[in-house]
Amino acid sequence: MTENNIQTYKELEKLSNKKKLIYRWILFIILGIFALYYITPLYVMIVTSFKTMEEIRQGNLFSLPGSLNLTSWDVAWNGQGFSAGDVYLKTYFWNSVKLVVPAVIISTILGAINGYALTKWRFKGDSYIFLLFLFGTFIPYQAILLPMSRTLGFMGISNSIYGLILVHVVYGLCFTTLFCRNYYISISDEIVKAARIDGAGFFKIFFKIMLPISAPILVVTVIWQFTMIWNDFLFGATFTFGEEAPIQVALNNMVLTSSSVKRYNVDMAAAIIAGFPTLIVYVLAGKYFIRGLTAGSVKG
Amino acid sequence: MYWLKRNLPRLVIAPSFGVIAWFVYGFIFWTIYISFTKSKLLPKYEFWGIDQYFRLWSMPRWHVAVENLFIFTILFIILCVFIGIVLAILLDQKIRAEGFLRTVYLYPMALSFIVTGTAWRWILNPSLGLEKFAHDIGFETFTFDWLVTPGMSIYTIVIAGVWQSSGFIMAIFLAGLRSVDDEIIKAAKIDGAGIVSVYTKIILPMMRPVFMSAIVILVHLAIKSYDLVIALTAGGPGISSDMPAVFMTQMAFHRSEIGLASASAIMMFLTVSAIVVPYLYSELKREDDRK
Amino acid sequence: MKKIIIAILAMVLAPTLSYAGSKAEVLHWWTSGGEAKALQVLKDDFAAQGGEWKDMPVAGGGGDAAMQTLKARIVANDAPAAAQIKGPTIQAYDREGVVAPYNIDAVAKAEGWDKLLSKQVADHMKCDDGKAYCAAPVNIHRIDWFWANKKVLDSNGIKMPSSWAEFNAAADKLQAKGIIPLAHGSQPWQDATVFEAVALGIGGNDFYRKAFVDADVATLGGSTMVKIFDQMRKLKGYTDAGSPGRDWNVATGMVMEGKAAFQLMGDWAKGEFAAAGLKPDVDYYCAATPSNNGYLYNVDSFIFFKIKGKEKVEGQKLLASLIMGKEFQKVFNIYKGSIPARLDVPMDDFDKCAKKSNSDLNTAAAKGGLLPSFAHGMTLELGVKGAIQDVVTEHFNSNMSSQDAVKKLSAAVKAAS
Repeated sequence: MTENNIQTYKELEKLSNKKKLIYRWILFIILGIFALYYITPLYVMIVTSFKTMEEIRQGNLFSLPGSLNLTSWDVAWNGQGFSAGDVYLKTYFWNSVKLVVPAVIISTILGAINGYALTKWRFKGDSYIFLLFLFGTFIPYQAILLPMSRTLGFMGISNSIYGLILVHVVYGLCFTTLFCRNYYISISDEIVKAARIDGAGFFKIFFKIMLPISAPILVVTVIWQFTMIWNDFLFGATFTFGEEAPIQVALNNMVLTSSSVKRYNVDMAAAIIAGFPTLIVYVLAGKYFIRGLTAGSVKG
Repeated sequence: MYWLKRNLPRLVIAPSFGVIAWFVYGFIFWTIYISFTKSKLLPKYEFWGIDQYFRLWSMPRWHVAVENLFIFTILFIILCVFIGIVLAILLDQKIRAEGFLRTVYLYPMALSFIVTGTAWRWILNPSLGLEKFAHDIGFETFTFDWLVTPGMSIYTIVIAGVWQSSGFIMAIFLAGLRSVDDEIIKAAKIDGAGIVSVYTKIILPMMRPVFMSAIVILVHLAIKSYDLVIALTAGGPGISSDMPAVFMTQMAFHRSEIGLASASAIMMFLTVSAIVVPYLYSELKREDDRK
Repeated sequence: MKKIIIAILAMVLAPTLSYAGSKAEVLHWWTSGGEAKALQVLKDDFAAQGGEWKDMPVAGGGGDAAMQTLKARIVANDAPAAAQIKGPTIQAYDREGVVAPYNIDAVAKAEGWDKLLSKQVADHMKCDDGKAYCAAPVNIHRIDWFWANKKVLDSNGIKMPSSWAEFNAAADKLQAKGIIPLAHGSQPWQDATVFEAVALGIGGNDFYRKAFVDADVATLGGSTMVKIFDQMRKLKGYTDAGSPGRDWNVATGMVMEGKAAFQLMGDWAKGEFAAAGLKPDVDYYCAATPSNNGYLYNVDSFIFFKIKGKEKVEGQKLLASLIMGKEFQKVFNIYKGSIPARLDVPMDDFDKCAKKSNSDLNTAAAKGGLLPSFAHGMTLELGVKGAIQDVVTEHFNSNMSSQDAVKKLSAAVKAAS
C-alpha cells in the first residue's frame, strides 16, 4: 500500500514538476513578448543612429547597420557648423545639468522638511494644508504658462536657468511633499516623541533621526524629480529661449527641423543622447526605486 | 522664544505654502479671471462674461478633443493597470531575470516623449515602419496604418502612452505585492487555495490603495498629455487626435485666443477636480478613521 | 568680393552711423539647411558691422512653436529685439502697445523705404495706422506654385497645366501609370496652402478677395466654395497614403526622386531643389498653379519690439538697415528661393523661376490679382485663419462632403470673429 502511495506520490510530483515547468515556460514567453513591446523602440533608435541615410532608405526598420557610423552622433552633439539657425545638443545638455541638480536638491530637501513637519508636528489645519499641496499635483501645467511668464518677467529672471529652476522647484514641491509625507506618516511617532521629551528641537530631530532613515523615500523622490525635470519640454520651451534652453527643447528643434532629406539617423542619435542620463539613472537605481516604493510612499 | 518654538513647524511650511498659494492657486484664479475676458493676442483685463465658454463648446474641434480625452483616458487606465498588474504578478514569481526585465519594463518612463515620439512615429508610419517591415518579410497584405487614419489615430496615442507608463504602474503594484505578508499567503495555501484564488481573493483586494494611487496618477498623466500627442500625430490627421492640452496650447499661443484657451484650461481643471476631490475626501476620511 | 564691399562700406559709414556695440536677439524658425544658410548671411553682415547676434531658433514649420516662445517673452516684458513676424500680426502686436516707439522708423525714413518697396509691401510693414515703419521685409514668397519632375512629365507627354481640369486629366494619366500625381504632406498649414491656391484658381481673384480678405460669410458659404472643396476632394485622391503628417520638404524630396510628379508649394521649395543641385527646366519645372493672373504672396519680415537699452535699440536699427540692404536682399533670396522685397535689386543672378515670379508679380499687381496668402498669415485674424484651417484639414482628411464643409466653414468663421 505505502509503496503504491510512494509511487503515486512520485508520479504526482513528476506531473506537478512538469506542470510547473510548463507554467514557467509560459511565464517566460509572456514576459518575453512584453519585453519585445518595450524594447523595440529603443532598439530601432539605437540601430538607426548608426546607419547612413542610404542604409535607412534601402533597408527596413529593424535591419542592422553596416558599420558603427558615428557621424550622426557627432552632428547631433556638435551641429553642422552654421553660425545661425544651427541646432545641436552640446550647450543645451549642460543647461539641463545646471537646471536639474539645484532643482532636484532644493525640491527634495524642502519636500522632506515639509513632510516631516506635517506628520510629526501636528498643528491645527495641517490636514488642510496637506490637501492643498496634494491638490496642487493635479494642476494642468498649460494653465499656468502665461501668468508664470509674467511673474518671471517681474522678477527679472525670465529666459534664464534660474527662472526654470524656480518653476520646477515650485511644481515639484507638491510631489516631493506628497511622497515624503506619506512615507513619514508610516514611521512610528514614538521615536520623535521620545526625542522631544529629551529636549531635542525641530531641526535636531530632523537631521539626527528622520534623515538617516529616509534613504528609500529620498531615492524615490530624487529619481522622480530628476526624471520629471530632465524630461520636461513644456516649461523649457515656454520659459527659456535660444541659448538658455534645456535639452528637450533643443531635441525638439532638431527633430522638427526639416530638410528634404529628413536626417533620421541624427534625430535618433540626438534622442538617445537626450535620454541617456535618465536611462542610466533608471538602470542603476531602479532597484532602489522599487525598494523605496515598497517602503510605503505611494501605497497611501 | 516659546512662540517661535511652538510655531516652528508652521514657519517652516510657510514659505512652501506661500509659494504654492501664489504659483498654483493664484495662477488658477488668474486663469479663471482671464477666461471671463475677451483676451486674444495678449491678456486683457476687462470683464466680459461667460461667452468664452459658449464659444468653446460651440467649436467642433473642442468636442473632438474632449471625446478623445475620454477614449484615451479610459483605455489608457484600463490597459496600464491590466498590464501593470499582470507584469507585476508575473515578475513576483521569483525569476532569475527579474532585475533585467524590471528595467526593461520601467525604462520607457525614463525617456521623455520628445525622445521616443520620433521612434514611435516612425514605427507606426505605414510607409516606413511596421507595415513596410511586414511587407519586406513577405506579408504583403499586412496593413497597420492607424497613424494616418483619422478615426484610428487616437489609438496609436494609446499604444504609445501605455508603452510609456505601464512600467511605472507595474512598479507600484510590484511594490504593493511585495509588501503583503508572506504569512497570509502561506495560511491561504495551507487552507487549500490554488494560486489563482490566492491572488484574486486575497492579494488583489489588499491592493485597493495601490489601485487608487495608480488611477489617480494615470488620470493626471492622461489629462496632461501634450508631448505625447504633439510628437506622435500633432493632433492629426486633420484634427482627429486633438486633445484638450494640445487645444489649449494652440489656442493660447498660436491662435491668439488667450481667453478661449483659459476657458479650456479651466474645463480641464474642473475635470481633474471632479475625479480627484472624491479621492482626497476618501483618503482623509480613511486616515481619520485610522486615528 | 562681398566681404570687401562690406568692409569698405563699414569704413565709409562708420563715422556717420556708429553701430558698434549693438546687440540683437533674433527669434526665428529658419533652421533647415537652405534657410540656415540664408540667415547666416544676415548674421555675418551684422557681425561685420560690429554687432553681437544672439540666435534664438525655435524650429517648427510655420513658426508655431516660435510664437509660443515669443508670446511668453512678451508677457514677461522681455521681448527679443527682432522676431520673425509677418502680416496682420504685426499690426495686432502694435495695437497691444508692445511695438511703439517704432525704433526703426528713423532708419526707414532716412533710407527712403517708401520708394524702395511696393505700396502693398510697405503697408504691411507699417504700424500706428500706417504712419511709422515697425518691421523690415526680407522677401516676397509666392505661394501658388506647381513644382514638377521634368523626367516624369516629359516621358508621359504632360505639360505644366494651365487649368485645373488639365491638371486633373494629367493626374489621372499618371495615377494609371502608378506614379503619385501629387506629393503632399497633410499638415494643417499644407492643406490650407493647397486650398487657397485652388480657391484662387477656381474661384477667381475677386472671389478670393471677398472670401479671405474681407471674410465675407456669404461668399464663404456659397456655391463656388462647394466647387473648391470638390476639387480638394479630387486632389486628396491624387496623394498617397503616407501623406498625413509628412513634412513639406520630404514631399519635395519625393518629386526630386521622381516618386511623385507634382507638388503644390510656395517657392521655398525651390531652395530644396537648389540645395540638391537641381536646376529649373533641366531637372524640374516650375509654373504657377492655374489662375487668372493671380499671385498669392507672403512677405517674411522681422518685427522690432519695444525694447530697453541703447545697445539693443542700436542693434535693431542696424538689423533693419542691413535687412533692406541691396546686396543682402539679393544673396539671401537666392539662397531662400524667394524674390527681394526691395524693388531695385537686379534680377540677373536669379534663376528662371525667380525671374518668372518677379514678372508675374508686376503683371498681377497691374491686373488686380496680387493677393495676400491667408494660409501664411498675410491676411485675416489668426483666430479666423485657424478656424478655416481646421475645417479645410478636417475635410481633407475625412469623408466629409463639400456641402458640409462649406456649412462648417461659414459657421466657424462667424464664431471666430
